[in-house]
Amino acid sequence: MLTIKNLHAEVEGKKILKGINLEINKGEMHAIMGPNGSGKSSLASVLAGRDNYTVTEGEVWFNGKNLLEMSPEDRAREGVFLAFQYPVEIPGVSNINFLKTAVNEVRTYKGLPPLEAKEFLKLTKEKQQLVDFNTNLMNRSLNEGFSGGEKKRNEIFQLAMLNPQLAILDETDSGLDIDALRIVSNGVNKLRDAEKSFVVITHYQRLLEYIVPDFVHVLYNGRIIKTGTKELALELEEKGYDWLKEAEHEKESV
Amino acid sequence: MINSNEIIDDIANKEYEFGFTTDIEMDIAPPGLNEDIIRFISAKKNEPEWLLEWRLKGFQAFKKLKFPNWQHFELPELDLQSLSYYAAPKKKKQLNSLDEVDPELLATFEKLGIPLNEQKALTGVAVDAVFDSVSVATTFKGKLKEMGVIFCSFGEAVQEYPDLVKKYLGTVVPHSDNVFAALNSAVFSDGSFVYIPKGVRCPMELSTYFRINAQNTGQFERTLIVADDNSYVSYLEGCTAPMRDENQLHAAVVEIVALDHAEVKYSTVQNWYPGDKDGKGGIYNFVTKRGICKGERSKISWTQVETGSAITWKYPSVILQGDHSEGEFYSVAVVRNKQIADTGTKIHHIGKGTRSRIISKGISAGHGDNSYRGLVSVGPRAENARNFTQCDSLLIGNQCGSHTFPYIESRNKTAMIEHEATTSKIGEDQIFYLNARGIDTEKAVALIVNGYVKEVLNQLPMEFAVEAQKLLSITLEGSVG
Repeated sequence: MLTIKNLHAEVEGKKILKGINLEINKGEMHAIMGPNGSGKSSLASVLAGRDNYTVTEGEVWFNGKNLLEMSPEDRAREGVFLAFQYPVEIPGVSNINFLKTAVNEVRTYKGLPPLEAKEFLKLTKEKQQLVDFNTNLMNRSLNEGFSGGEKKRNEIFQLAMLNPQLAILDETDSGLDIDALRIVSNGVNKLRDAEKSFVVITHYQRLLEYIVPDFVHVLYNGRIIKTGTKELALELEEKGYDWLKEAEHEKESV
Repeated sequence: MINSNEIIDDIANKEYEFGFTTDIEMDIAPPGLNEDIIRFISAKKNEPEWLLEWRLKGFQAFKKLKFPNWQHFELPELDLQSLSYYAAPKKKKQLNSLDEVDPELLATFEKLGIPLNEQKALTGVAVDAVFDSVSVATTFKGKLKEMGVIFCSFGEAVQEYPDLVKKYLGTVVPHSDNVFAALNSAVFSDGSFVYIPKGVRCPMELSTYFRINAQNTGQFERTLIVADDNSYVSYLEGCTAPMRDENQLHAAVVEIVALDHAEVKYSTVQNWYPGDKDGKGGIYNFVTKRGICKGERSKISWTQVETGSAITWKYPSVILQGDHSEGEFYSVAVVRNKQIADTGTKIHHIGKGTRSRIISKGISAGHGDNSYRGLVSVGPRAENARNFTQCDSLLIGNQCGSHTFPYIESRNKTAMIEHEATTSKIGEDQIFYLNARGIDTEKAVALIVNGYVKEVLNQLPMEFAVEAQKLLSITLEGSVG
C-alpha cells in the first residue's frame, strides 16, 4: 500500500530525514518510536504534504501513485490521514460543518454524490458512538476551547468519519491521561480492519500496550535503525535508546 | 505546491466580475461644479422651487466646509470641477411600463443578476434599479401601492409626494452635515424613496441596485426611508461599477426615520469596482448614512457587507431619540490589494432605556488597510442605556493592516457600555489542517472566513446572505498561501 524508498527531506536547509525505507501492507499496524528530534513527526508531515518540508531525494508510492507529486488535499482524498500532534483551533467553523465539507470533498473526488443531510447525520451518530465522542463537541467551533484530550479524540473521530486507507497518528498519546489514552486506543482498535493500515508515532511504549503493533521501527537521526516486533518496544522501554544510538555511531565511524 | 507569493499574484490577476460597460446613449452634463449645474439638474428634474433653494443652501455649505483630516488614510486629491454631475440614459418619452425601458439597460441589469421583469424577479423582492444618476425601473410598484407602501425613485417622489419629501428631507442628515453630504445635497441626482404607512408590515424586501456606468461622473444618490408608527420594512442595496482606470466618486446620502414602534432593517452588499492590484482606479465610496429612532421603542438596524471600492469611508449611524429605542450595526468589511476601508458606526443614546449592539468584522488581505472607527455616546437623559460592541479583525498574509478606533462618551452614570475586540490571523497551520482533511485552500479560506462572519451574514435576508457568502469567497479567492 505504502512504499517509502530512500526518503530524504529538509526543512529550512536542515537535513531531517536521511534515507527512510519502509514498506507498509494492507491491514498492518506499524509503530515508529525514537528519541526526541529523531525525525518522527517530520516523517508524518512529509507524508501529509506540509509545505515547509522539501523532499530532496527518494520516492513515496501510495497504491501505485506517486504521493509526493500530490497536493496535501489530494493525498487526503486518496486516503492518507494524519492525526495531528497539535490539532489547530478554527473559531467560527463548527465541527460538524467542517466534517461535512471534508467528507463531501473526499466523496466528490471519488466520483460519489455528496451525502444527504440525513445520511450524514446517521454516519456521524454511528461513528460518534464507535469512538466514544461527546455529542456536545459536535456543534462547537472546531477544536476551539477543547481540552488536550478532547482535541485528540476529535482527531480519532475524524479518522472514523473519513475512513482512510492509511492513518498516521502523530503522538496521539502525548498529553493524554490514562483514561483518555484508553478511550483513544479503543477507538483506534475498533477502526482496525483488514483494509486499513496504521502508522503510530509515539515516544512511549505505554500506548503500544493498548494498540498492539505488528512492527516496531526505531527512527534515529533521520533513519530507521532497527525494525522488530512488539517485543522491541518492550526492550526499548527497559533499555532506552542509548544502546541503539551507540551501535549506530559505531557503524558510522567504521 | 504553491507558495504565498504566487497565490497573491494570482488574486491580483483575478478579474472583477462586474467590470463590463454598457453602450448606451447618454445625456451628460458638461463637467464642472457651480450654481448653474445645480439649476440645470433641478430644472432637468422639474423640481419645485423649495428643493432648488435647498440644493443651493447645500452648495453654500459645501463651499464653506473643509475636507476632513482625521481619517486613517491619505485623502486623495479630488478634482470636483472635472466631474460631470449629471448622466442619464437618454429616453425618448415618459416610460409607462417596463416594456418601454431600453432593452440594453434591461440586459445590463439581467447580466448583473437583477432581472427587472417581474415574472423573472426574485419573488418577495421589489427592486429599484438606478443606472448612473437615474432610476430606470422599479418593480412591484403596483402591488406595494395597494398596501399604501410607497417605493419609487427619489425624483418621482418629489413629483408625486412632495409633502412627505419636504417634511423629512434633510432631517437626519442636514444639508451642512459634512462636506460630502453637502455636495450630495447640492447635486444629488436620484435614489430611492420609501414610505411605509402606519401599521403596515412591508410584505416584501425592498431593494435598490446601484450601477455606475458612465465615465468621469460622480454618483450622488439620496435615499429616504420613512417608517410610520408600528410599521416594518427590510431594505437592501447592492452596487457594482465597470472597471475604469480613473477613480470615481460615489457620495451618497441615506436617511432613515423610524417613528413609534417602527422597525427598519437596512442591508448593504457593496461591491463597487475596487481598482486593480496596484490600486489604480476604483470607486471612492464616501457615503453618509444615518437613521433616527424618533419614536419610542423603534428600531433601526444596519447590516453591511463591504467588499468593493478603492476606499470605503462611511459610518452608518443611529440616533436613539425615542425612549427604549434600539440601534444595531452589523458589518463585514473586506480589503485586499491596495483597498482601504475606514468604516464603523456612531450610536447616540438620547432617550431612556435605549439599547445598541455593534458587531464589526474586518478582514484584511494583500496590502489592504482596514480601520474600524466607532462612537458610542450616551447623553445625560439616557437612563439605563446599554451598548455592546464587538470588534474583530482577521488578517490574511503579513502585508495588510487592521486598526480599531473606538470612542466612548458617557454622560450618564447608569449607562452600561461593553467593548470587546479580537485580532486573529488565518494561519498556514489552519489551512494545512483543512488541506489534510481533503479540503483545498480556496475552500479552506472560504470556510474559515464564513465561520468568522457568520454572525453578521445571519442578519441579511436569506437570498442575499447566500449571495454575500459567494461574494466573500470570490473576493478572497487565492488570498492565502
